[in-house]
Amino acid sequence: MEVRRQWIALSALLAVVFAVGCASTQPGAPQPAQLAKSVQPNKPKDPVVFASSQLRPVQEAEALRAALKSAPIPSEFIPDENGPLIDRIVAEQKTGKIVVGVVGTLHGDFSTLQKAGALDTISDVAAKLQDRQINANLLELGKLGTSTQYYIPWMQATYLMAANKKALPYLPSGADVNALTYDQLLTWAANMEKATGQKKLGLPAAPNGLLPRFFQGYLYPSFTGGVVTTFASLDAVKAWEYMKDLWRYTNPQSTSYGFMQEPLLSEEVWVAWDHVARLKNAVDTKPKDFVVFPAPAGPKGRGFMPVLAGVAIIKGVPNRADATALIQHLTKPEIQAEVLKASGFFPVVAGNLPSDVSEGVRLLAGGIEKQTSSRDALVSLLPVGLGAKGGEFNKVYTDTFTRIVLRNEEITAVLKAQAANMAALFQLTGAPCWRPDPASDGPCQVK
Amino acid sequence: MTTHTPQARWAYLLLLPSILFLGVFFLWPMVQSVLIAITDESGGLTLAHVLKMARDVNFVPALMYTSLLITVVVPIQTVLALTKALLLHAQRKGRDVFLWIWAIPLGISDLAAGVAFLSIFTQRGYLNTILMQLGVVDAPITWLGYQNPWTLFFAVAVGEIWRATAIVMVILVAGLQVINREWLDAAEVFGASPVQKLRRIIIPLLMPSLRTALVLRTVAALQVFALTQVLTGRNLPVLAGEAYYWYGMFTNVRVAGSYSLLITLLSLAFAAFILRFARGEHEKV
Repeated sequence: MEVRRQWIALSALLAVVFAVGCASTQPGAPQPAQLAKSVQPNKPKDPVVFASSQLRPVQEAEALRAALKSAPIPSEFIPDENGPLIDRIVAEQKTGKIVVGVVGTLHGDFSTLQKAGALDTISDVAAKLQDRQINANLLELGKLGTSTQYYIPWMQATYLMAANKKALPYLPSGADVNALTYDQLLTWAANMEKATGQKKLGLPAAPNGLLPRFFQGYLYPSFTGGVVTTFASLDAVKAWEYMKDLWRYTNPQSTSYGFMQEPLLSEEVWVAWDHVARLKNAVDTKPKDFVVFPAPAGPKGRGFMPVLAGVAIIKGVPNRADATALIQHLTKPEIQAEVLKASGFFPVVAGNLPSDVSEGVRLLAGGIEKQTSSRDALVSLLPVGLGAKGGEFNKVYTDTFTRIVLRNEEITAVLKAQAANMAALFQLTGAPCWRPDPASDGPCQVK
Repeated sequence: MTTHTPQARWAYLLLLPSILFLGVFFLWPMVQSVLIAITDESGGLTLAHVLKMARDVNFVPALMYTSLLITVVVPIQTVLALTKALLLHAQRKGRDVFLWIWAIPLGISDLAAGVAFLSIFTQRGYLNTILMQLGVVDAPITWLGYQNPWTLFFAVAVGEIWRATAIVMVILVAGLQVINREWLDAAEVFGASPVQKLRRIIIPLLMPSLRTALVLRTVAALQVFALTQVLTGRNLPVLAGEAYYWYGMFTNVRVAGSYSLLITLLSLAFAAFILRFARGEHEKV
């Protein structure tokens, strides 16, 4: 019996070790930086090397290469991951051997490149592009808070609202769906519940939903004029009181909505806020059923968050005139339309979309255009400088939401506790403030 | 203790490869994940990550729901599996057919099981459809909303019971097969009732299998993740899910490590408890 008992104990122990071993997490090894692609020697008629962290999927990259063939100058498109791309450009500055001539990436990366002294000033290029009518709000972002142009807006996406047309009769009287206020949205949601007995407003509050962006780019800027500095302000208390009110008329299933296109299509909800790419399927499937419109405005303006990609010229590029010509080509309305068809990134320039763009995408493009050019627009940017801590930054907002709205905790106490978490993140990363918070010298601070 | 004969030494030598295997592939990663949890970037010891875990909004709910799942699900599964195993054991005809059917959940991943139960419990799912057609309710019930934690828990518990009873049953069926029939025949000769046979002979002799099944199930229940993830998102936080979110979504490997350390410690504690107390009469020396 003794031996048998030992065996049983041993096998049970091994079972535990095995099961636990399977579950234990391990730190992910950092991806090895990709080595720079082969360097082409400087010969006459060299193509402009256009490196980009966007349009990386093969099909998107091929579509762009095809669109670049009609350019007056030869070019070579090289998509690469953010990290290696930035490293390569900075390294080329250090060695003085400039290969990448034009860089295309997201707004947040340009401040890094500018600080490294890798960006040429291109106010002259911006002047040449006046006839393109690039959206002024976006063009301003390309100055990186200075008076000089550092990058030209290239393509954009954003988060906005979509509604089933069945919801429109319940709009509060005098409300224009294209210029809603947050108060009107609340009344609208209340009206729909009164009329249908169901909560017809939906928000993407599942773990994979983008609700943190709603707080960072929409609710906070619209109510407080800031994102980080105003996190625990009196205005923020009002914003959360509003959020609690709004939640009373929001479908409680929202905490399991990741992409709003699904509940919109099933009509579980009629009105929703989400990223364009996560609404696309709904409006593409039933374009006649939906309207797409800007997010509401609050006391401080119509806060919205563009996801903006730009193109810039690298300092010291041998063929600057060719690089300029490439940017001129990329901002042509027909090239912008090609990019839209291939990727779901929308044009930054005015101009009619070609006829082969689907009706749903047209609806979205219209919504983006209205939101970007609204008179009370208050542009907020995606977090800058937080690096890997971006996830915990989002967590500060979702935890605040969970505690105040879902668990009904006291607002000021929660904001105070979460502000401490936020402060620790900025202490750790040293990230300065970004728009709409005023610029800071050191790490951004919660006031 | 007995003295080691040369034969016993050979036995240990033969065990060496598997010990090495376990050491390299299980013990070492375990030690590493412990180190991740209790050191900082510079390598110094710290409790900051463990405290960060303990103070997180979802820590107490996660600990509570995980423990509750174990205390509700594991006993129900054990009773169900024992009943099924005894039924199978008593059956002469068609035994294999039932065994195959009851073992089907074994071959289904917990993620797939989660999706299947989601289609039952979601607002426009099968359950609400049936209830409405029967006229039991007028409007669909939100089984999986955050505001009804008990129906959420119920859905997860049902899913978990469906999914993992099979493994317990299979272990018990195997255990029943090695029980010597002569003991049962002898009991019958002395006029023992079926209940007496069950209590006095079958369960005590089944104890080793039962214990293995309990340890496996408890450890697996501590790791429950995919099912709750699909059914509830984060509305019903569980420990393994929190470890995943801290690792993947908040990219803080150290707090994730703290969670996996906690899961490891709880697993060891439960296993030790089961091994210590769930012991058959005949095994007590």
